[in-house]
Amino acid sequence: MQHGRYRFIVGFLAAPVLLYVVFVISPYVQAFYIALTNWKGVSANPQFIGLENFSRLLDDEVFWAAVRHHGVLLLVMPLVTIVIALFFSFLLNLSGGQKGGRMSGIWGSKVYRVIFFLPQVLAVAIVGVLFQTIYRPDETGVINGLLGKVGIDPVGWLIDPDIALLAIIGVMVWQAVGFYVVLFSAGMSSIPKDVFEAAALDGAGRYTLFFKITLPLLWDTMQVAWVYLGIAAFDAFALVQVLSVDRGGPDNSTTVLPLEIWRTAFNFSKFGYASAMGVALFFMTITFAALTLRVTRRERIEF
Amino acid sequence: MATDTRYKPSSRSGASHGRPRKRKNPLGVFGAMSHLALVIWAILIIGPILWTFLASFKNNTEIFGDPITLPSSFGWDAWGRAWEKAHIGQYMINTVFVVVCSTAATMLLGSMAAYVLSRYAFPGNRAIYFLFVSGMTFPVFLALVPLFFVVKNLGLIDTHLGVILVYTAYSLPFTVFFLSAFFKTLPTSVAEAAMMDGCSHTRTFFQIMVPMAKPGLVSITIFNILGQWNQYLLPIVLLSGNVEDKWLITQGVANISTNAGYEADWPGMFAALSMTIIPVMIIYIIFQRQIQSGLTSGAVK
Repeated sequence: MQHGRYRFIVGFLAAPVLLYVVFVISPYVQAFYIALTNWKGVSANPQFIGLENFSRLLDDEVFWAAVRHHGVLLLVMPLVTIVIALFFSFLLNLSGGQKGGRMSGIWGSKVYRVIFFLPQVLAVAIVGVLFQTIYRPDETGVINGLLGKVGIDPVGWLIDPDIALLAIIGVMVWQAVGFYVVLFSAGMSSIPKDVFEAAALDGAGRYTLFFKITLPLLWDTMQVAWVYLGIAAFDAFALVQVLSVDRGGPDNSTTVLPLEIWRTAFNFSKFGYASAMGVALFFMTITFAALTLRVTRRERIEF
Repeated sequence: MATDTRYKPSSRSGASHGRPRKRKNPLGVFGAMSHLALVIWAILIIGPILWTFLASFKNNTEIFGDPITLPSSFGWDAWGRAWEKAHIGQYMINTVFVVVCSTAATMLLGSMAAYVLSRYAFPGNRAIYFLFVSGMTFPVFLALVPLFFVVKNLGLIDTHLGVILVYTAYSLPFTVFFLSAFFKTLPTSVAEAAMMDGCSHTRTFFQIMVPMAKPGLVSITIFNILGQWNQYLLPIVLLSGNVEDKWLITQGVANISTNAGYEADWPGMFAALSMTIIPVMIIYIIFQRQIQSGLTSGAVK
């Protein structure tokens, strides 16, 4: 029996573990070493150069531009997405009439939820292509065509370095909101009804209900949302690669680290330097996740 | 009901206070504004997609004309060109093949690993579990360069098999994490009874545990299908050689959009775009409940 048990365990674990170690673990481990070499070109012989790649990174303007963009993404994108998603999920779940003793949302909330979530199932690369025409800089673009009808001059959404990044953030928000509406809705429906009842008895208004009851009880879900969106802010690869002018342009005004890693490695064949960027990105992501979980930690409200 | 004096009675459960007030004044300013906000956002979502569908029936002049017009006629020429000349058909078949294989492999290997890790105590169990789970925290971009060379050294670069294995490997961390939590919630008694009756470990897993774990398996299967269908980075890295006939859909459409300017076949590009969006939309509308819960299940523990 015992013998059969171990054979079973090994038999079930061998294939997944082998696949995982070969394609996931070993590349991650190698990346840290490659980051310390001057590996360039496919056939070249890489040499160990210590931290030279990292000191070069410190003087690399494009690298810092990318880091700054992650900062902007990290500040703007999660905040806007969460605010919009919270607002909509509140409307959809808690602001409607009472039906059969259950809290219900506004009329038609099911349809809205289906529509809002839709962009989530579209590939980011496809969404990028979709928005190229929406954002076209002259009257042939959909937004500028509409603006033209009310007499506003065309805006160079993607070609103006000052607003290109914001235009891209807009697409990220467009795509993400539905997901967080569904996520927050799930969170809201798990809040016990008597909590709202008690608030109602005490005469709480709609705003009190939202800010003093719903929000604190949704804290855990919001923390998850924040971490997810933050991690998305460190990615943005597909969208920037497909949507932005000149892949990260104009003038590197939209570039992000993943794009630079990809370009450095596969366009310029500087594998060592690209891996150093990867290591930098890794530490940024980890720091962000750890900080978020630490800073936002609160007493858990059990119900 | 009697206690709530300010609003219409919140009879039965007296659920909350937001809604009784609402009911009393269903067309209040707040209600109207809420609906307006919701409708605007719904238009913002549907608008671009609808515009793309319409643009696939327009000709170049119409596309570069006033954006807010309907096409003059509805013909399927552009769709035919996209399917044939732009190889959308080929990309679609490739993607279906890759995603079916890699999702099947992910589910098989992931559920096997998750089951063993969640139900059997043995030395190293926790170490292997954390090895898998740690994969969720690493950005894939860190592994990009070595991954390319691992696949290349195995002779799998520019092959679908390479993509399938890599998709599977990178889907394992979340699948194992999610499913081992799920297997833990299932009762142990049924499996024990089966074992008593002389059912082998392997058979217990496939014939007892897998059917019991169906809801969890469905959620995570949907999650993986969508995630892999929408993947863009891995195909452009792993199928980067001169192998256009092996390209996947996201890669193909992104490339068509880059080239559309040169070939001036904009309707073809929009038809290609519509073709990739429509199947996903149909599947989404049919399975929207499962998809929504499947995609958010990772977050709601």
